[in-house]
Amino acid sequence: MGAYAYVAPQSVDEVVSVLSDHAQSGEPVQILAGGTDLLVQMRSVNRTPRTIVDIKKLSETNRLSIGADEIYIGAAIPSAELFENVELKALLPGLLEASDLIGSTQIQGRATMGGNLCNASPAGDSIPAMIAVGAICDIANATGGRQVAVEDFVTGVGSNALQDGEFLLGLQIPRPAARSSDAYLRFIPRTEMDIAVAGAGVSVTLDESGTCTAARVGIGAVAPTALLVPDAAAALVGSQLEEAALQAAGEACTAAASPISDKRGTADYRRKVVAVLCRRATEIAKQRVLGG
Amino acid sequence: MARIQVETTVNGQTQEFLCDADQSLLDVLRDELGLTGTKEGCATGDCGACSVVVDGRLICACLMLGAEAQGKQVETIEGVAGEQLHPLQQKFLEHAALQCGVCTPGFIVAAKALLEKNPDPDETTIRYWLAGNLCRCTGYDKIIRAVQDAAKELAHPA
Repeated sequence: MGAYAYVAPQSVDEVVSVLSDHAQSGEPVQILAGGTDLLVQMRSVNRTPRTIVDIKKLSETNRLSIGADEIYIGAAIPSAELFENVELKALLPGLLEASDLIGSTQIQGRATMGGNLCNASPAGDSIPAMIAVGAICDIANATGGRQVAVEDFVTGVGSNALQDGEFLLGLQIPRPAARSSDAYLRFIPRTEMDIAVAGAGVSVTLDESGTCTAARVGIGAVAPTALLVPDAAAALVGSQLEEAALQAAGEACTAAASPISDKRGTADYRRKVVAVLCRRATEIAKQRVLGG
Repeated sequence: MARIQVETTVNGQTQEFLCDADQSLLDVLRDELGLTGTKEGCATGDCGACSVVVDGRLICACLMLGAEAQGKQVETIEGVAGEQLHPLQQKFLEHAALQCGVCTPGFIVAAKALLEKNPDPDETTIRYWLAGNLCRCTGYDKIIRAVQDAAKELAHPA
């Protein structure tokens, strides 16, 4: 068995070639962004010595841009830095509140949204919120890169769609249309520093009459992966987001959920709570649109 | 595997050290640089005893590799006091905001980072900011009061 190695490449090509070389030789390799999951895993569930590839030196993974059509969040930007960006917070309040829920101030100083996504925990808070705002994974590889929707990126508990020789550069998020907003809520038994029992992210667009013209709903911690719930969105679109529509959207979330029972909650409880969170998050997103 | 040579700045002083690829910044501070004020509580980022500031961000030193410190500015508990104790340290003493003391360096470093960002935080802000610092002795109230008092002292030095 080999020893740990650490490399901090200066270019995307260099990262890809390190990954490809290791894939060919069969030597274990892992990407390091914020490290708040990786360093814990190195001392617990996965002690296999491997080459750690730090992607924080790349300009691409540190890119934060807010364009006319697209918002780009590089995979190496810590959550605390995102939360301090007033313009980003105004455009994507739900996504930012989701990433701000992850861990303590100290964790926020390191943890990245890209890492939360790649770590692929069923309870990762930012993932349902990413799904709600239609985020796309920008993946680097040796053949010019590819894009995958967040809801298709996580393939199971702790696994993702990245192939050998690939890594996540950042998230591409369509700039929210006028009169749009989003919200994320999770349930935990305390007020801070806990893992979601269930979570729901919702984005809505309303027209001048208050009719919902577009919606996306993502749910977390109620299935092996965070899920896009098209039936919940369909229940909201065309409505005034009145009680009946919220109820129907919540029921769609309950129907889509396939939770486990564990120390955080029973499967029945999670199915029930995810509906409540969907309704409440929709209300918050609506108020954000109406409140300006 | 050859050890990694790292040059960094700790409390304003240039430091060079050699570390293993899997060694945390916490291990480097304590075992390579002899700065044992930063404590290891959980080593999983849950307790905040190893709080340090790197390039202006409050982090857990147990969740950063020593190798990642290349070219960074690291601030630890050893850099908090000048000729005299920092007002936070003084107020922690006056309010008896510590008992066993293992969490205290982390609380001081974290509270200092808060007051530099927000010199007049309300109690809720202080409690949320320090939610990642665990103390099993004091029950937190004394710590919160010490931070509030230090904020006053810093705003209006006696």
